[in-house]
Amino acid sequence: MSASRPRLAVWKFSSCDGCQLTLLDCEEDLLPLADQVEIAYFLEASRDTGPGPYDLSLVEGSIATRTDIERIREIRAQSRVLVTIGACATAGGVQALRNARDFDKLRSVVYARPEYIDALATSTPIAQHVPVDFELRGCPVDKRQLLEVVTAFLAGRKPDVPDHSVCFECKRRGVTCVTVAHGTPCLGPVTQAGCGALCPAFGRGCFGCFGPKADPNTRALLPLLRADGVADEDVARLYRTFNAEAPAFAEAAEEAGR
Amino acid sequence: MAPDTGAPQSAPAADARPRELAQEDLQALFDVLTTRGWTVVGPTERDGAVVLAQLDSAAELPYGVGVALAPGGYRLRRRQDRAAFAHSAGPQSWKTFLHPERARMWQADRDEEGAVTFTPETEETAPTPRYALFGVHPCDLAAIARQDRVLVGGAFRDPVYAPRREAAFVVAVACGEPGELCFCASVGTGPGLREDAPCDLAVHEIADRDGVRLLISAHSPRGAEVLADPALPLHEPHPELGERARCQTEAAEQRMGRELEAEGLRDVLAETLDSPVWDEVASRCLTCGNCTLVCPTCFCTTTEDTTDLTGDHAERWRRWDSCFDLDFSYVHGGSVRTSGKSRYRQWLTHKLGTWHDQFGSSGCVGCGRCIVWCPVGIDLTVEAARLRGEAGASEEGPS
Ligand code: SF4
Ligand code: SF4
Ligand code: SF4
Ligand code: SF4
Ligand code: SF4
Repeated sequence: MSASRPRLAVWKFSSCDGCQLTLLDCEEDLLPLADQVEIAYFLEASRDTGPGPYDLSLVEGSIATRTDIERIREIRAQSRVLVTIGACATAGGVQALRNARDFDKLRSVVYARPEYIDALATSTPIAQHVPVDFELRGCPVDKRQLLEVVTAFLAGRKPDVPDHSVCFECKRRGVTCVTVAHGTPCLGPVTQAGCGALCPAFGRGCFGCFGPKADPNTRALLPLLRADGVADEDVARLYRTFNAEAPAFAEAAEEAGR
Repeated sequence: MAPDTGAPQSAPAADARPRELAQEDLQALFDVLTTRGWTVVGPTERDGAVVLAQLDSAAELPYGVGVALAPGGYRLRRRQDRAAFAHSAGPQSWKTFLHPERARMWQADRDEEGAVTFTPETEETAPTPRYALFGVHPCDLAAIARQDRVLVGGAFRDPVYAPRREAAFVVAVACGEPGELCFCASVGTGPGLREDAPCDLAVHEIADRDGVRLLISAHSPRGAEVLADPALPLHEPHPELGERARCQTEAAEQRMGRELEAEGLRDVLAETLDSPVWDEVASRCLTCGNCTLVCPTCFCTTTEDTTDLTGDHAERWRRWDSCFDLDFSYVHGGSVRTSGKSRYRQWLTHKLGTWHDQFGSSGCVGCGRCIVWCPVGIDLTVEAARLRGEAGASEEGPS
């Protein structure tokens, strides 16, 4: 029986571990999951590691060093299905902030001994280096969506991960719009749903941590953000926070910064 | 055509004389409804808005709360009086309760031999909630009637909506205080309540120097039964109250913040599908979907199939969807409405145009919500008027 269980691996690249923690946080679903799959490689959970090939690899983190590139190619070669999880893996993450700056200068400002830092000048999504079967967004990813993706791949079906705006989730949850009712700046109209409108539910504007929704009209949001009191350089910063390498947000940041 | 919902029919109850209830005695009406098995849902102040929620007591109603509305803007304001129903265009509509955002349709289980059993939802797996919708404004009453037409009035009887609708007790309240973005008068849905308004109880809330008084009439046999309950401290209305209610409605009609010229709009939209107006609106539209989600008549849903980790248990759910979702027009190979322009055009032409062909009326009841809750304040009355201008211009132009 156990020999026929699909083998799951969880990998970490440049990241904070938050997405892997989301998987550990699946509590009551973790044991049933362990029944269905052989957790062959998941350092965050166990030191026991099994060799490839793997049926499903979940990859957290971005490509930020030369060795990362070697490693992701090897993992891709060993994985039947490869799913990237989180803003780092899908859009470079917070560490992609350096992409638009002078890397050597940054390195010397941040580290006491910059010569020890062997990193690439950019932090890039996994999909820029190897083919990826599915990208799950979020900083961190949402627990329900993560389980949905794993379950869907086990069942051989397409995961149900909508690419519409966070506004859909506000309205479905009955959260009052913070932009319309309070004048709070919110990236929700251009951000992909998935978090369940977490921030608006707590009276905060969306920070865009799930990255751009399908076909976002960031240009139309700009006058609204300005009207809600966000200075143009802060609009650029907002778009560059979690998903700086996502093309639609990179362009929006560029446009606002102009 | 009355859909077969068992919902209140237009025949007035035997004793349709209006009665008076002091605002302080609203709790008694709550109690009567609760005792008779209804869960009261109605307006209450929360997070800087008048939302619709389950109410435990009449004390939770938004007394003295008014609203100040603008395209893309909503603020609460304090009123001079203690009227509880003098607000409009809140962030939700009653479809939240009658056409819930998510509902399970069926479950399926596979046993060890591989045989699959389907279990549709029943009264046991999903008991029908019995809501008393407390404080339904005329536009929203009309919206419920339009959803009746869509969800139970055709060949198909919606299994989620129909039982909820049949069970619901509707307390309608005429509007004395239209908002800055209301236009029920121009689309013929408000601000008053006609004598045959399809509700159980019709209420006029009159706030003046004598306090806040309610004039209540039964519009259905169920409504009459509730009013006949001895626990309700009703009395013969003050002789002037009926007249005050009429004046209030007339004054409200004159104070509509918006106007929509409804005449011939269906044809206007059919003629202007290629107008540059659509491109211009699309440049401002976020395609966020808020307008459809707040609209009390929009009914679209999508299906969601889930499996558990074993793969032996599956469920089908449906959830609210919107024509602003790219996936909404997904057919084999991709989405049909890829541009923001085509999606905005779908919303407006369906709402004001093709709804007539499908359901024999407009899909807009003039509540103003889509204007208020559009983050960038796109105003369908303005866009419709621009399109009308275009249609007129092309008629006059050389052919
Ligand atoms: S709070 Fe933000 S995400 Fe929610 S509806 Fe408003 S704009 Fe959209
Ligand atoms: S609301 Fe926006 S910032 Fe907040 S968790 Fe969701 S996607 Fe992230
Ligand atoms: S289209 Fe707008 S104004 Fe008309 S019913 Fe819908 S939300 Fe209300
Ligand atoms: S306007 Fe769009 S969401 Fe609303 S009912 Fe029509 S197609 Fe559905
Ligand atoms: S019209 Fe407004 S609410 Fe509707 S999708 Fe466009 S921006 Fe969103």
